[in-house]
Formats: sequence, structure tokens, C-alpha cells
Amino acid sequence: MTTLTNTTVAASPATNSQSSPPRRRHVLDLDDFSRDEIIEILETTASMKEVLSRPIKQVPALRGTTVVNMFFEDSTRTRISFELAAKALSANVVAMTSKGSSVEKGESLIDTVRTLQALGANIIVMRHGESGAPYLVAQHFHGSVLNAGDGRHAHPTQALLDLFTINERLGRVEGLKVVIVGDIVHSRVARSNLWGLTAMGAQVTLCAPPTLLGPAALWTATWPNVTISHSLDACVAGADVIMTLRLQKERQEAGLLPSLREYSRVFGVNAARVKRAAPHCLVMHPGPMNEGVEIMPDVATSRQSVIETQVTNGVAVRMALMYRLAEVS
Amino acid sequence: MSEKQILSVDDIRRAITRIAHEVAERNEGVRSVVLVGIRRRGVPLAQRIATALADFEGERVPVGTLDITLYRDDLGLRGPAPVVRSTSIPLDITGRTVVLVDDVLYTGRTVRAALDALADLGRPARIQLAVLIDRGHRELPIRADFVGKNVPTASDERIETRLSEVDGSDDGVFIVRE
Repeated sequence: MTTLTNTTVAASPATNSQSSPPRRRHVLDLDDFSRDEIIEILETTASMKEVLSRPIKQVPALRGTTVVNMFFEDSTRTRISFELAAKALSANVVAMTSKGSSVEKGESLIDTVRTLQALGANIIVMRHGESGAPYLVAQHFHGSVLNAGDGRHAHPTQALLDLFTINERLGRVEGLKVVIVGDIVHSRVARSNLWGLTAMGAQVTLCAPPTLLGPAALWTATWPNVTISHSLDACVAGADVIMTLRLQKERQEAGLLPSLREYSRVFGVNAARVKRAAPHCLVMHPGPMNEGVEIMPDVATSRQSVIETQVTNGVAVRMALMYRLAEVS
Repeated sequence: MSEKQILSVDDIRRAITRIAHEVAERNEGVRSVVLVGIRRRGVPLAQRIATALADFEGERVPVGTLDITLYRDDLGLRGPAPVVRSTSIPLDITGRTVVLVDDVLYTGRTVRAALDALADLGRPARIQLAVLIDRGHRELPIRADFVGKNVPTASDERIETRLSEVDGSDDGVFIVRE
């Protein structure tokens, strides 16, 4: 027996009208998303999640649309998630990586994009190590660009799937106390989440050692209501969500940390710290995890961890975004 | 803009009762019947048909909701993509008689999309179509099995159905000319 359930997203103006959302050409970051648009995307995501729960996990909405996944950086979950999302909408999906393409022969990014355009691409999904690369591509491409992570700048789909997961589990985002802990200064996940969480009315605390946070004004100039902390023990008290970031091992080699062990002792998310948070507190991580460094294995697999749910919800969020872009492609 | 009422509250109630009787008669009871309303106004109509059936058949038939947005054939042709809502059908439709319910049958494209959507959800024994209004102008070879009222219309006219559950106003069907 198949049961198709109805997932509802917190009440919103969008539920009351059949009116169409405004057109959107690209998804580059969440800085140009209003609260209403985010709510609409979360609602569409719930519908897409229902599609993914069916025996036949595919709808014809994007038939005839060509999606190119252009990944210049390694990725498992984001790349596969985008591919599954495009396929669930019946789009044609082509994967391209720098390795094995003409990029290795020295073709420029702009020429690569022109080539993809000439080949009939409608949507480019792009992951690139340089901040801003998708913006450059958007200027030279007639279709839509979906940023799948650029340098330390933005990762809008990760932030939206985090918002969806929080809303799904806790019923709201507004007013929640969210602690983002880890290598914040280098994190595109933290930046996009700051736009999304503050647009939705959450209270965000950034927690990191000074070397991984930068000057406080770097954050408070853009997000004046954000709290800065250097003590995880202090700021997890009463938290509704703890969002852990991946610590890249190179940071220690670069001299930003005395040792991984010390980092783990002071800024690692362990069971004792989760206990100080609210009883319903969610533990999140964008992956891939360094278990034993920024998050302890028992916490990562605990009942409060929603790390796998985040990955599952990522497919539905990306479907919602591609559907939204298809109207102009 | 002119507006002419073609069905009153009582007309709609009588039409629904008659459709319910026809559904029961055609299917020799309602044992295998599932009512599936097409969002949005097909949903309350399906609920009302189920209530009428429960009155005289003494059996509550399952009612589901179908959103056909992702099956439309005009995505990208008519401006912004319409908002996608959830589909919710409370049981496996394989082997059952599905009665699709909508308020107005016009070009038939919505029904075509609904048939595709149902095919992805299971393999019903048969699918029948119930509509409150058939206004003609079909663009596909589709016809209704149960019709509340046939209304000849011009293509520059619009049929507006108001149902208390969705519109918060009194029930009524109107022909609107811009």
C-alpha cells in the first residue's frame, strides 16, 4: 500500500493565493531572496519530497530541459543530489568535471560556458573553488545558473535544505536560537545560512576561535543582529540548533590552529555540550564530517542528529529550485 | 465585465447528489471506488460526492487530492511556473476504480495531465471523470462520464466556480465576460 502524505510548511501568505511566484533567472546566493520567496521554495520542496516518496520517483515537469552539472571541485553529496533532482524532474543531465574536459587543455571558463550554451544547455549547476565564478558565468550564459558552492562565498542550496530541515523538524525557523560553530571565515555554508536564517527571523550566534572567525565587524556590518562568541560551552546553552562546520585539515597546517586535538576539545560538538542545549536541539553538519574533530561520532549518530535527513532533503530542495528556474530557460 | 449565474447553491447540491447516484449505479455500488479531486476546486467537490455517497450507500469512500502542476504541458509557455502543491492519496489505487473530479472541463489538458499523474501512482482498474460543468472546446479526445451541467460557451468567456470551502463565499457557478 502506498501512503502519500501531505507535509505542511508553516503558515504563510503564499498558501492563500494561487498566484504565481515572481520570475527568477539564477540562484547565486540567498542575499536576493525575500522571506516570502524562501517560504514558497520550502513549500514547493515539501511537494517535491512527496514525489520522492512515490514508487515512481519521477515527474515530467522538466522534460526536454538540459541541465549541465559543472563541478570544478570534488563533491559527492551535492553533485549526486543535483543529478538525482534533475532526473526526478525528467531533465536531460550531463555531468562535466574539469578533469577530462578541455579545461585541462586550457580552455577558459567563459569559452567553456559558450560551448555548453552552443550544445543546448538550459541550466548550469556550478561548483567552483573561486568565489564569484558563477556570477561570471551568469553574465555569459543565456540560460540559468545554479550555484552549487563557490569558494568561500556562497552555497545557497545547502542553506535552503538546512532551513527546510529545521522547519520540518521544529515547525518554524523564526525566533530559534541557532549556533553555527567551526571554521566560519572560510565557510560558504555559514555565509549563505546567515542570509537565509536572518531573513527567516532566527537568532544566529557564530562561534569559532578568533583565527577562524576574523574581525567581528566582518559579520556584524552585514548582519547586525548576529552574536559573536569564542566559547562553545557558553553559547550552546538553550540552543535550538547547533550547526557544525567542516574543519579543513589545511587550516592547522596554515598555522590557524595550535592542534586538531585542542580544537576538538574546545570547539568540538560532543554529547555534554548537546546536553546544555534545548532538549529538542538539532545537530546539523553539511558534510563531509571529520568525526572526532568538529563532531564526535556518538553525536553524529544520535537521535538529535539530522545529518542524514539534510542529505535526503537536499534532493527535494534542488528539485524545487530547478523547477523554479525552468520557466525562463 | 458582465457576469451571469448559471448554477445556484441548490443547483450545485442537486447536481452533486445526482452525480453521486450515477457513480454508484455505474459501478454497482462503491466497493472499489476512490474519489480523487484535482486541485483546487475538484477537492471539495470530491468530498461532497463522498458525503452524498455515504448518505445513501452507507459507506465512506476514500478521497484523495491530486496536484497536476508537475504534469502540465505548458511549463515555460505561460510565464512564471505555477506553485506546486502536494498530492495526497490515502491508499494504493492499483485495481481500484478512480473517479477523477474537477469543477470545469474545458480543453481537456488538465485531465490529460491528471491521467499521467495517476499512471505514475499505480494502475487503476478504470478511471472515470466527473465534472460540475462541461463547457466544450475540447483540444484532446477526452470526455466526462458524469456531468453536472453542459454549458455552451464562447472561448472569450470564463466559467467561474465558487465553492464555500475554497472561496469562503456562497456556492455558485457564473459565466464571466471580460
